[in-house]
Amino acid sequence: MMADLWTVVWKEWKEWLFRWGGLRKEGGLLGVLVFAGVFGVFLPLQMGLGWVDSPAALSYWAWVPLFLVTTVIADSFAGERERHTLETLLASRLPDRAILLGKVLAAVGYSWGLTMASLILGLVTVNLAHGQGTLVLYPAKVGWGIVVFSLLVATLAAGAGVLVSMRAATVKQAQQVLSIGIMLLAFVPIFGLRALPVEWRVRLAQTLGAAGVNKVLLIVLAVLIVLDLGLLMAAMARFRRAKLLSD
Amino acid sequence: MSDYAIRTDNLTRDFGKVRAVDHLTLEVPRGTIFGFLGPNGAGKTTTIRLLLGLLEPTNGRAQVLGFDTRTEADEIRGRTGALLEHPGLYERLSAEDNLEFYGRIWHLPVGERRARLRELLTHLGLWERRKEAVGSWSRGMKQKLAVARALLHRPSLIFLDEPTAGLDPVAAASLREDLAALASREGVTVFLTTHNLAEAEKLCGQVAVIRQGKLLAVGHPDGLRSRNGAPKVEIVGRGFSEGTLTLLRAQPEVADAHLRNGRLLIDLKGEVDIAPLVSLIVTSGAAVEEVRKDKASLEEVFLRLMEEEERE
Repeated sequence: MMADLWTVVWKEWKEWLFRWGGLRKEGGLLGVLVFAGVFGVFLPLQMGLGWVDSPAALSYWAWVPLFLVTTVIADSFAGERERHTLETLLASRLPDRAILLGKVLAAVGYSWGLTMASLILGLVTVNLAHGQGTLVLYPAKVGWGIVVFSLLVATLAAGAGVLVSMRAATVKQAQQVLSIGIMLLAFVPIFGLRALPVEWRVRLAQTLGAAGVNKVLLIVLAVLIVLDLGLLMAAMARFRRAKLLSD
Repeated sequence: MSDYAIRTDNLTRDFGKVRAVDHLTLEVPRGTIFGFLGPNGAGKTTTIRLLLGLLEPTNGRAQVLGFDTRTEADEIRGRTGALLEHPGLYERLSAEDNLEFYGRIWHLPVGERRARLRELLTHLGLWERRKEAVGSWSRGMKQKLAVARALLHRPSLIFLDEPTAGLDPVAAASLREDLAALASREGVTVFLTTHNLAEAEKLCGQVAVIRQGKLLAVGHPDGLRSRNGAPKVEIVGRGFSEGTLTLLRAQPEVADAHLRNGRLLIDLKGEVDIAPLVSLIVTSGAAVEEVRKDKASLEEVFLRLMEEEERE
């Protein structure tokens, strides 16, 4: 099973990163370099020490893998269907789980790996530009929070993305659905909270305040884990070779 | 081990109200190149999907290499190779990477994988271009690469769905030659769908004709021609007249007689001795230079079967 998973990951990464002439087409290695340049060099230089020691880092680093995953996961099945490679892949000996989880793993590995690489590169940049002789590090809670949250958010996006991509006729269609999903994820909580009666909002703020940041983060963590597992199980349940071909 | 690579028993598949495969009962002997002939939309591709366990039959059953397509599809897919409706190649990857991916899928050890890759690409004349992205290749080259991919893991059975469709005659002939050579060298059973009858005639040891999901005929191409197409006689000579034609048409063993480009063509009703007919022609005053007896082509058999099915 592990060998099969790695085979799928190897192919996906090869297609995204090291495809022939990779630097001249959309995405690929060029995209990776641009991303690392922006998040690992440009922004840390602009923001200085705040890039490392601000707790707000946790919120934007949790969003980064979400966007990275959606750039590649839409292609996972819809792209194979569009380019007529899906049927041959399904006619191979690869087990269902290896195909599905391999694609999820490839997307998570790509986005989380890139996030981690940018995180480390940003740390190096801040130290070189603003370190003033002392070693600057992310605060432990923030550092671990970024590592864990970005992984869970990447898995969430990959699980949802693979479900959408399995049923989408084209990559474009899958991307549209995922973009709408992200917008809903971003705006519904903001406008939803505003729509609540004032006394409810006050009570919610009091409850969260009483629970403390650590407890709230643990609850969010638990919710993310449950959502990740739920989406992966739903994707596995919906993975039917015949259905994938007829969609 | 069964003598048959494929056995189907009343295999049926419906898509809504449309019956794509209709009670198909078929046996494909091991080691043969089996041609599955039919016009577009006859149910050939659906049959392949059913045999690979990619679709569930509505009714009936099928065994491939002794495994049931409903319950043991993984075993089937693990032992077969396929070139389906589309080449199914990753066009952004090189030819080498495409084969490397499928070699990994079939768990070929690194050394064996590399050797096999070289062997197949060399045989198909693609070795020198193995580093190029497949997207830049011609359709013929892509089809060859897809054949190499299907054979990479030395399967005992390969499915080829219209392998020469869309190729120019030169590329198609070249692919046919490669296919025949590889199939005979590797001793593999080939299940080949095509609507190119000349291709089936050249390649296949056995053929089946299908229309609207129904099996119309099955057997060796020669046998089919004998069974379904009456023999013909073509006579080259001089002095053929209306009188000669009238005389011939009056014979009980003659279905029809006519002239084309100065040649006399006689359709017979069955396998008969043609010497008396030649004597008759000579007595009618014509001079006979050459007599050629021929069976109906597979194309004629095919068209006849289609017409019969339409009448029914």
